Amino acid sequence: MLSEAEISEISEHARAIRETIIEMLVAAGSGHTAGPLGMADIFASFYFYILKHDPKNPDWPERDRLILSNGHIVPVRYAAMAHAGYFPVEECLTLRKFGSRLQGHPERTKLPGLETTSGPLGSGLGQAAGIAYGARMDLPAGRQVKTTFRVYCAMSDGEQDAGNIWESAMFAGNNKLSNLTAVIDRNNIQINGMTEDVMPVENLRAKYEAFNWHVIEVDGHNIKQFVDATDEAKAIYEKPTVIIAHTIPGKGIKEIEFDYTWHGKPPTKEEATKFLHELRTMQGKVVSEHQ
Amino acid sequence: MLHPDAKLTANIFDKPAEAPTRDGFGKALLELGETNPNVVVVCADLAESTRVLPFKEKYPGRYIEAGVAEQNLATIASGLANYGKIPFITSYATFSPGRNNEQIRTTISINNVPVKIAGSHAGLSVGPDGATHQALEDIGLMRMQPRMSVISPCDAEEARKATLAAAAHQGPVYLRFARANTPIITTPETPFEFGKAQVVWQPSDKRKKPQVALFATGPLLYNALLAAQQLEGELAVIVVNIHTIKPLDIATIVEQAKKAGAVVTVEEHQVAGGLGSAVAEVLAAQSPVPVEFIGVHDQFGQSGEPKELMEFYKLGVQHIKEAIIKAAGRK
Repeated sequence: MLSEAEISEISEHARAIRETIIEMLVAAGSGHTAGPLGMADIFASFYFYILKHDPKNPDWPERDRLILSNGHIVPVRYAAMAHAGYFPVEECLTLRKFGSRLQGHPERTKLPGLETTSGPLGSGLGQAAGIAYGARMDLPAGRQVKTTFRVYCAMSDGEQDAGNIWESAMFAGNNKLSNLTAVIDRNNIQINGMTEDVMPVENLRAKYEAFNWHVIEVDGHNIKQFVDATDEAKAIYEKPTVIIAHTIPGKGIKEIEFDYTWHGKPPTKEEATKFLHELRTMQGKVVSEHQ
Repeated sequence: MLHPDAKLTANIFDKPAEAPTRDGFGKALLELGETNPNVVVVCADLAESTRVLPFKEKYPGRYIEAGVAEQNLATIASGLANYGKIPFITSYATFSPGRNNEQIRTTISINNVPVKIAGSHAGLSVGPDGATHQALEDIGLMRMQPRMSVISPCDAEEARKATLAAAAHQGPVYLRFARANTPIITTPETPFEFGKAQVVWQPSDKRKKPQVALFATGPLLYNALLAAQQLEGELAVIVVNIHTIKPLDIATIVEQAKKAGAVVTVEEHQVAGGLGSAVAEVLAAQSPVPVEFIGVHDQFGQSGEPKELMEFYKLGVQHIKEAIIKAAGRK
């Protein structure tokens, strides 16, 4: 069980990750803002509590695998990895720059610890299912449920438009890949507007249940709920689990929250100064501030 | 005359045995099942026709069914390879690498994982199924992707060796197979080296300089050999088997083109993007000589018997002979 102290520690990491996201996006001059901010609590939970991993040994065979399917929110992953100790936080400022290991969309061969290459939507779940299936193949017959590591796959809700997702969902459900847990960032926005206006993805729960998945819905900013959901997934033996994490796009910065126009643009320098102040004072809760 | 080092089938011009190249693939998978525990097969609902059924029956735990879902076929395989397996993915070439081209690009080639893509039923020889099932663009699609290797074997025996070589190769590989029975040109003794072109026919009088070099890939190599044989005494010809289209054996191609001074390429594929393009790219840069292209010229296929289609699309022996004569005349 998560203690209150652990929860506030993860929250503090999430806040630091959000700061880094704003700093790296301003330095890059392009990129996505809303998605990474909205997933900061979940990525902080992954890198500072859920994942079995070793930042100094990113190829450790028994590590849990976190597959990022919607590659455009990779700033949140880079920031979380840097804060977890995979590489210096300053390197985040090289995002999207020539020669950087931090490509605009993540590339497996460029930076240890990324697991896969992504950007074109819809292909992460299949890769995660392939890894989960491969790990299970190596188990002695009769012990088909307990692999040495778990596979997680983070997806977006807009990405649920893609056919490849449902091919992979069918495959994972059919093969009862209980070592696979998917997370859908249900922030209700995509580039052209609200998901239910562009191409409705609901009823997500009923769809995944029909594909033989165990479905859990959580508040994606409630760290305890999210961690508990990943624990619940470990106790489900006959199905893969999908956690539908309801999130607020741009979470942490009032001006960005809920606004789909922040999907694919970075803040300007002036905006960033304001946003960083907002993050550092915890939206006005902290009076003194050191910049 | 046949090049002695190639150790080709003895009765090659007298009703040689026939088999589809996909058969050699199936045989090799059984060998790999025995020798390499990491080899697994992922199939998109075409186990019998892509010849992976014997592997499925012998190694059921290493056979994975993707269903009619070629995008997932590629992405599942990417994950399996990422984990440490050597997956062979099988479907028809129009579907894989046709339909799932982007997944192959992102999750296999950019990802740099050793997935082996076996595209069966490639070329016009699929026959009655018609244009939708006749892959004529697959070599081009695959050779354009950085990190991807491309092998197009000439017969079932070479297909077997190519499959074994693909499993041993570290990166992603595309293997091109056909449905139809075609002559078995090579023997188990024929050398096969990944990335190395092979001279299979040379002028009988070795002092005689070849007048045209033929570069052929896939089962049409047989038509190229027949054309060379029928022109013997009239025109001195060299025939080179280009089984590996990528990495291309540039040294051999430039050497033979320089020696002969004229070239004909032969393939059951669009000339644009295929072997013809690949050879022309090399020669334009390193040794410009006249080139004639036997292949499909910006058209789709259609229903018909393989032989009828070969004639209609001008891939027959007579067409190759005419191209040889034309190339020689352009010097």
